Amino acid sequence: MTDVLLQMTDIQKSFPGVHALDNACLEVKKGEVHGLVGENGAGKSTLMKILTGIYKRDSGSIKFRGKEIHVNNTRESQQLGIGIIHQEINLMPHLTVAENIFIGKEPMKGLFLDKKKANDDAKKMLNALNIDIDPAIPTGQLTVAKQQMVEIVKALSYDSELLVMDEPTSSLTENEIEELFKIIRNLKARGHGIIYISHRLDELPIITDRVTVMRDGQYVGTVETAKVTKSEIISMMVGRTIYEEPKVKSTVPADAPIVLEARHLCGNNVKDVSFCLHKGEILGFAGLIGAGRTETMRALFGADPLDSGEIIVNAEPITVKSPNDAISHGIGYLSEDRKGFGLAIGLAVRDNSVMANLDAFLKGPFTNDPKIDRTTIDYVEKINIKTPSVSQLVVNLSGGNQQKIVVAKWLIRNSDVLIFDEPTRGIDVGAKQEIYKLMNELVAEGKSIIMISSELPELLRMSDRIIVMCEGCITGEMNIEDATQEKIMTLATSKM
Amino acid sequence: MEKNKKFNFTKILAPIVLVLLYLFFSIFGRNFFSDDYLINILDGSYYIGFMAIGVTFVIITGGIDLSLGTTMMCAALLGGAAFNSWHWPMIWCLLLVVFVATAIGFLNGVLVAYLNLPPFIATLGTQMMGMGFGAILTRVQTMRYPTFGTPEGWFKNFFYKTTAGFPVGIFWLFGFFLIALILLSKTKFGRYTFAIGSNREAARLSGIKINPWLTGVYTFCGFCCGLAGIFYAAVYTSIIPSTGNGMELLGIAGVVIGGTSMAGGTGTLVGTLIGVYIMSVLKQGLMSMGLQSHWQTFFTGVVVIGAVLLDQYRLKQGAKVKK
Repeated sequence: MTDVLLQMTDIQKSFPGVHALDNACLEVKKGEVHGLVGENGAGKSTLMKILTGIYKRDSGSIKFRGKEIHVNNTRESQQLGIGIIHQEINLMPHLTVAENIFIGKEPMKGLFLDKKKANDDAKKMLNALNIDIDPAIPTGQLTVAKQQMVEIVKALSYDSELLVMDEPTSSLTENEIEELFKIIRNLKARGHGIIYISHRLDELPIITDRVTVMRDGQYVGTVETAKVTKSEIISMMVGRTIYEEPKVKSTVPADAPIVLEARHLCGNNVKDVSFCLHKGEILGFAGLIGAGRTETMRALFGADPLDSGEIIVNAEPITVKSPNDAISHGIGYLSEDRKGFGLAIGLAVRDNSVMANLDAFLKGPFTNDPKIDRTTIDYVEKINIKTPSVSQLVVNLSGGNQQKIVVAKWLIRNSDVLIFDEPTRGIDVGAKQEIYKLMNELVAEGKSIIMISSELPELLRMSDRIIVMCEGCITGEMNIEDATQEKIMTLATSKM
Repeated sequence: MEKNKKFNFTKILAPIVLVLLYLFFSIFGRNFFSDDYLINILDGSYYIGFMAIGVTFVIITGGIDLSLGTTMMCAALLGGAAFNSWHWPMIWCLLLVVFVATAIGFLNGVLVAYLNLPPFIATLGTQMMGMGFGAILTRVQTMRYPTFGTPEGWFKNFFYKTTAGFPVGIFWLFGFFLIALILLSKTKFGRYTFAIGSNREAARLSGIKINPWLTGVYTFCGFCCGLAGIFYAAVYTSIIPSTGNGMELLGIAGVVIGGTSMAGGTGTLVGTLIGVYIMSVLKQGLMSMGLQSHWQTFFTGVVVIGAVLLDQYRLKQGAKVKK
């Protein structure tokens, strides 16, 4: 029973400007649950997308059941017997369980759909896994956990021998996870191979047989789960070379006043979050995707509703009901999704730069265009935005320069507290350095910065203090002197 | 660089089409190149022009207003009722026209901004409500505005044409066009109109209070429909209940022909005005060639599709350059 089901070796994949996978390897045996772990951006998803035909590999070999395979799309991989269950549910909520399972391959009776057969077959498949769901009800009425089980059955309906599960437990409760594990063990006993991707390292010893660790697109190693500890896995995950010298000591004086304090913030994926920010400080927020960092900042900024909690700016409690409230108290938010939330990319540089502070650029009822241009040019020069002119459309600028325009927007608004959410995402290396330099200049001028980043070296280089979040809660806080990648990763993967 | 070239090309394309059309009909139409036809072209453009100016703002926010035509007619009917049945002085009747249309625009704004209805649905609803309301209030009687020479007929001389026959309406339309131009390009209102249409979420996260501004845009569009109503009454005198349906499409067509994208975030009033006159020239030109109104409708449709195809082509070119 130890025959190999899937063998991926030396997979290479490059995107323009990024070497996403470099000699990635993965081996899954029949009847094995194989964990696949790594930090955000380690290449897990890319590897799975290559396996299921969403991306094409540049080189390397994939052997499935001993035969070299070349899949061009998900349909082909399904037909070969490789199924994937994505983190987000991909069911059509208005269709019934049976209709979802048999979508694209509906049982027919002549010209018409055979509903009865579909329901009966679905029932059989559900029963085989001891899942108690009525195949005739719309999937939208099921809990997330039940929907996920439908997804599993749907994947199995293609006779999948290999199932990829991407973060299957991320939105399940304790009991539901137990249910899922039962199903996984059941599948395992029937000889299916399962690739289990998870950020929850604590789950690995419970459910997996072996674990493969990836880092920066490279294969780090495969270990038998029973023989390693969590901290050994973590050190495999984070052992990445740090190109940047980490900050050794905080540059914030011990008596720096607190400019912003959050007390017991609660909201969507924000659970009793409290922290404070000092003047001139860069406060790093670490955590994995879904840790609630962005949600916390959006709630603080008034972009999403806050259920409860207090926000104190310069020792005065403030009420934040909309972004406008937060902005008027000197808070600026630089979204991780610049194009979605940060910029009106179809408009000119000068339209974006004054968008948050147009009132200061009015002369009577009219906009003071010369003043807008002058100020924008000042900031273009000050923070070195490379644009042919201030009337250039933002869409034509590079990611780094777009980010700087968002920075300029908040500087023109005189914001004292800047929240940088993944400030260097999608920005090339040179531009990253410029953003770092800019952030250091800003704090030197007395601004205070909250930086959310998923890149640990970046956090260690920039922050004076680091707060770690996991699943909506703060799981730790440390001064930069004490911070290490291992410590952060341990806190980021430990559920409270 | 290439993108800018293309953009400029489409910018001047609409005026070129307008001039070519005028030349074409001057050569092939009977008596087209004459004062009479020119005045006809102008007369037919006033009410469409005002509606189109208003809805340009709405379309730049990424919305749509389907209630233009019936809002205009409903307001004009009420004004007519005030004149005929309640014997109000003309000036108050005209103010009532503007007030009613502005109120409907405000309602559109509240439905779209505060109650989050899709603009298509909200204004489809008010379109029908306006049409019904006008008919109910006038008991389906045609409302006649005063004619030239009657005591209250001054308003025709004032808004439409002088006793000597000079089309003063053109000054009103162009005057208002200039005001709207300044409003769109030189005020906070205009800036936020673009910002909301270009990226509503980014605008909100920049502290712009979306709802009041968006309501303002629809209210302004309603106000424009009110002005359109006055000019419709001044030119055509009789307002028939349960009409106006379909006229909104003329206004929207003008905007689209003028190169404003339905996706929002971009658009020009100059283009809109040219779009309106392309339709007007087309209508009178086809008439001068002896082709009746069905042909006008047909060709207006052709022009609309051509304009949008061009818009898409331009966007595609833009996307290519981006990569």
